[in-house]
Amino acid sequence: MRIKQLLMGIVASVIAVSSYVEIAVADLKFPMLVYRTGAYAPNGIPNADGFVDYYKMINARDGGIGGEKILHPECETGYKTQVGVECYEKNKQDAMVFQPMSTGITYQLIPKATADGVTVYSTGYGRTSAANGKVFKWIFNAPVTYWDGASIAVKHILGKNSNDIKGKTIALVYHNSAYGKEPIRTLEQLGKKHGFKLMLLPVDHPGQEQKATWLKIRKARPDYILMWGWGVMNQVAVKSAASIKFPMENFIGIWWSGSENDVLPAGEGAHGYKSLTFNAPGSNYQVHKDIKKYVHDKGEASGDGSHFGTVLYNRGLFQAMVQVEAARVAQQIHGTSKITPAMYRDGMENVKLDAKRLEELGFKDFAPPFANSCENHGGSGLAAVQQWDAKTKSWSMITDYMGSDRAIIDKLIAEDSNKYAAEQKIAERCN
Amino acid sequence: MSVELLNFIETVLNGLMSGVMYSLVALGFVLIFKASGVFNFAQGVFALFAALTLVGYQTGQVPFAHVINELFGTNYHNWYASMPNFLAIILTMITMIALAWIIERLVLKHLVNQDPIILFMATIGLAFALEGVGDLMWGSDVKVLDVGIPSGGSVWLEEATIGLAAEGSDYYGMYIDVLNVWATVIAVILVITLALFSQYTKTGRALRAVADDHQAALSVGISLRTIWILVWAISGFIAMVAGIMWGTESGVQFSLSLIALKALPVLILGGFTSIPGAIIGGLLIGVGEKLAEIYIGGYFETGALENWFAYVMALVFLLFRPQGLFGDKIIERV
Repeated sequence: MRIKQLLMGIVASVIAVSSYVEIAVADLKFPMLVYRTGAYAPNGIPNADGFVDYYKMINARDGGIGGEKILHPECETGYKTQVGVECYEKNKQDAMVFQPMSTGITYQLIPKATADGVTVYSTGYGRTSAANGKVFKWIFNAPVTYWDGASIAVKHILGKNSNDIKGKTIALVYHNSAYGKEPIRTLEQLGKKHGFKLMLLPVDHPGQEQKATWLKIRKARPDYILMWGWGVMNQVAVKSAASIKFPMENFIGIWWSGSENDVLPAGEGAHGYKSLTFNAPGSNYQVHKDIKKYVHDKGEASGDGSHFGTVLYNRGLFQAMVQVEAARVAQQIHGTSKITPAMYRDGMENVKLDAKRLEELGFKDFAPPFANSCENHGGSGLAAVQQWDAKTKSWSMITDYMGSDRAIIDKLIAEDSNKYAAEQKIAERCN
Repeated sequence: MSVELLNFIETVLNGLMSGVMYSLVALGFVLIFKASGVFNFAQGVFALFAALTLVGYQTGQVPFAHVINELFGTNYHNWYASMPNFLAIILTMITMIALAWIIERLVLKHLVNQDPIILFMATIGLAFALEGVGDLMWGSDVKVLDVGIPSGGSVWLEEATIGLAAEGSDYYGMYIDVLNVWATVIAVILVITLALFSQYTKTGRALRAVADDHQAALSVGISLRTIWILVWAISGFIAMVAGIMWGTESGVQFSLSLIALKALPVLILGGFTSIPGAIIGGLLIGVGEKLAEIYIGGYFETGALENWFAYVMALVFLLFRPQGLFGDKIIERV
């Protein structure tokens, strides 16, 4: 009896171990740090759904990447930095890439992932100076950074004022966190260059109550307002701006303050509100057709499928597409489909998404082209302005993709990243 | 009048209005604490749940739709296109009463005579459970709540006050959100109704008796369980009112549950056992934080005093009057 039990135990163990080994060597693990619960869930869910639907589509349509299936285990962070770090620690084994979906988590993961040899991709968020690939070998933030965003918003304002904003006041309403504080230095520099006055208005998490902030704005009457908000802060801010009758066309949010969620609660009052974006809204792209055919029509949609084509869902698609493309490039570079995390990093550093490649991937006119390189992990630095139409309840792009003030941004990136390199004793590469 | 003085008055008025919004949440805490000695940590989630349920009824959303669809491969989303606000509010009230009954049956009944800390821990568990149920039932999207209460700046007040400033000064009238005025009116009605109910009805007197002494109330034949259900149902109703007000302002979403945190300093100031205390505490906190943000916020590099100044006020108050302005004085016999 005992021998029989022992044999059964051995057989079970062998099956368990072999199945684990099969997963470890044959699949590509893309862990997802998500927030489907808590105060920021309304933003976290559509974004995570975009990721999952894209991965499912690649697995169903192409049989994975180079024949290797994508594994995408989810770990719930609730947008909490310490929980995000725990999620990273739990999932880092054999992980190709982490997308923290939080600037706070990204800051914490930068030294950890660098030491562990794991790629971190913070798409249009995180530490801006990580765009300097000479210092941040494992961190990527393409296609555009917060400092680019600040500069592009000011560029848009300049365009509306015949390039003269001397003496004007621009207020920055920002989430009082690492994320919200990112653009301050850039705006200070731009203020010196263009002669505008910067008014700083921090809003603490979660931002449900902002009355005093908007009384200040009403009293000071800034000419323009920029917003670096997230979650309920965005909805309250847009509604408050409408309530004090601030001209909405002079209110511009960063790309994380420009989803349908942010404007719908304000109703008609949100009409004309603007935000930056690096991906188009809508569901008429080839990638959507493929997702519909291979995922949704088979009843495999992530969540209830209701976020299909929304701004944050589409951003999730874009983020997932870049991560998948990096794996493909890595497979080509190293001549194997069974890539390691180190090989994956090489792929991310050599991603080249020009217009032709974007079209091949089903993303024609969906996002600006960009390419990473050893020196540049921040992409093209292009973003466009979109505007909300409250009557049709839709966003429309009102500018082409435009670049930032490189003279200022590159200098700031070099200063900040060199300081980090000195602190961490990192030798510059790519020389 | 000088523009500075008018701006000061505007800040105080807006602070008072915000304070009323905090008081709406604090009232629910006070009622339950008075009647059962339980500090109901789930009061904020009550407000969220009530607002979610109200929008669900208004829009005809099928409860647990995505769970049902996931399990059975169906595609249910809505029963009907819309429901009149009045009916939706009545149904939400019934749901909150049912919720109070369920809580009594599943939680409170089993914790009679336990230490207050055990009951407090139970409400923490209740908060998480209810948040999860709310998510499963109605989804996590930001929902637009409109029960017909107007919102936005008051044009009348703006026009009426624009002439108060000295001639030639750059002044454009006083600002008050109409939604906050409505919240104030509703809060006043609520407090008067509660006061009349507890003073002049048999049930109200029973409620006060239980609040005063559980044992004595039991000895004269008052059913503790019935009173608890009643109190939790009333605070569920107050939570619904708070949920409507806050949800109209920001959309109904899960961050609404965090408004409970705004009620804590209000309770510390006003006292945990006093309904007028909850109102006065709310007003003091509202005015204090608005004045702090606008007049001394600029001296703090990190800023955002609006969100943490209330706790500083509460801490200072705790040092000098731990029972709050109107709370029962704590006397320990030795």
